[in-house]
Amino acid sequence: MTDAQKYALVATGLLFSFVAPFLLPQFATQLTMLWLMVIFALTWDTLGGQMGYNSFGNILFFGIGAYGCAVIQRDLGLDYFAGLAVGLAFAAVLSAIVAIVLGAGMLGLRGHYFAIGTLGLGIAAGEIAGGWDYVGAGSGMVPPLYPVELAGRELFFYFLMFALALVTFLVLRALYATKFGLALNAIRDDEDKAEAMGLRTTQVKSLAWAVSAFFLGIGGGLAGNLLGFIDPRDVAFAGATFGVWMVLMAILGGKGTLWGPVIGAVVFHITQELFWTYLLGWQRVALGLLIVAIVVFFPNGILGTLRERFPEWFGEKVEERV
Amino acid sequence: MSALLKIENVSKAYGGVVANRQVSLEVQSGDIAGLIGPNGSGKTTLFSSIVGAHPIDSGSIQFGGQEISKLDVPTIARRGLLRTFQQTRIYAEMNCVENMRISAPDARAPVLSLLSGFSRNVDVRAEELLDFVGLASKRFLRAGSLSFGQQKLLEFAMALMSEPKLLLLDEPTAGVNPTLINGLIDRLIKANKELGITLFVIEHNMRVIMNLAENITCLAHGEVLAQGTPQEVRDDPRVVEAYLGASA
Repeated sequence: MTDAQKYALVATGLLFSFVAPFLLPQFATQLTMLWLMVIFALTWDTLGGQMGYNSFGNILFFGIGAYGCAVIQRDLGLDYFAGLAVGLAFAAVLSAIVAIVLGAGMLGLRGHYFAIGTLGLGIAAGEIAGGWDYVGAGSGMVPPLYPVELAGRELFFYFLMFALALVTFLVLRALYATKFGLALNAIRDDEDKAEAMGLRTTQVKSLAWAVSAFFLGIGGGLAGNLLGFIDPRDVAFAGATFGVWMVLMAILGGKGTLWGPVIGAVVFHITQELFWTYLLGWQRVALGLLIVAIVVFFPNGILGTLRERFPEWFGEKVEERV
Repeated sequence: MSALLKIENVSKAYGGVVANRQVSLEVQSGDIAGLIGPNGSGKTTLFSSIVGAHPIDSGSIQFGGQEISKLDVPTIARRGLLRTFQQTRIYAEMNCVENMRISAPDARAPVLSLLSGFSRNVDVRAEELLDFVGLASKRFLRAGSLSFGQQKLLEFAMALMSEPKLLLLDEPTAGVNPTLINGLIDRLIKANKELGITLFVIEHNMRVIMNLAENITCLAHGEVLAQGTPQEVRDDPRVVEAYLGASA
């Protein structure tokens, strides 16, 4: 693909994203969820793909964001939009801080041990939230309602989520192009070597998780408001659905690539919605088969497979001196 | 001349196996020093001790006059003491230029100062060094797709990129084809003379080490067996015995 073709493709996608909720108003909420999926996959890939640390606990930051935002909205007594803004900011910062604190202990674990360790995070958080009266315990929380006198609730959340996905993408793209981005890749490829070369690996890993948690926290705050109900186990800390999906979407699109998680999220979400529509009753089975198929046939994901077939598209070439 | 690296009475045991016993040696600044010995004589263990990869049981390791035996690996690396690995280690999924960029001294800065792009100087230096080891035409290939010998050269270039004061090389010619070895020796000597990097080299190839090193230490069963110029070490009957098992 030439650069011009790539830009044309991206421009078409952006244009469609702007007009989609107007063209397909009945799908507005589903389209908003699509952007949430993109955020899931992008933020998971920062650790899982770029840094090689497979986290099964990232859902923790989504849940913390959902609850953190809702608590601020409930307790500060601001009007709806101000409360939402402060709540989202709080959700972001709280999630990032939790990531740094947890990271200090957990990011010393390597490989499978880290994956297993993180598996407990979401489950533990779900149990705690489900038993804590301050956040509604088992009956969950209901964030304040979008003002009824105003129309356009769907569009409001659509464009907020879209903006968040776009900003997340652009920030991560900028980060991956820095020395920090290369340090992530170095840790993925050989952490012992990175240490032997004097890289400050602990700092790099903590910051990476904090960045990931920051955006995931905002996503959680938005999602809580969008769905209108925060259940501790089925929404906020839904490890078996959202928590697994974020891993799968990143793998499907191509771990450790910039566009892979975006592509993976879009393909996965659309497929999933089609299953719900056309295979009702069997949608979970179909989803399970899809997951198996992804792991068996696309272990390197869509972009990873393309990179194997066409390495020159990705700038891998022998170049003689001119 | 002063001792850049000073090792005194270093001992290291793994359970009941004593890998290093009361090892003492010095590497002079600007020198090329060699470390030889039969398999299992504790050479790589000594290197790992020096760079802080595992704690020593007793003794002292000083680098540039300061005790480093209690410091961790990245801290020692940032002071300018670096090693390359016997089993070559490069960043396999990154291309050669990226491998070089992340090896530059500014990549070792605290994380917040990593949030910027790459300076022109780093890229120019990376190109020069890739040229120096003969990998210029391969610079946009994934490092993992290079041959083993080329990966060794890349690892060597990465080490030079990070501008160490002292470079520990663990068998730099193992697995490299014989015609490339001569080129590698020239480059090692060049790095020492022109870039002023002190080298400390483990090597099994006697022809290589005799041509390269000015001072050689021979280990056997974890202890220092002989020290001196290549000629002295080669003529030492104990060294011959350790290698050939015969009473010469």
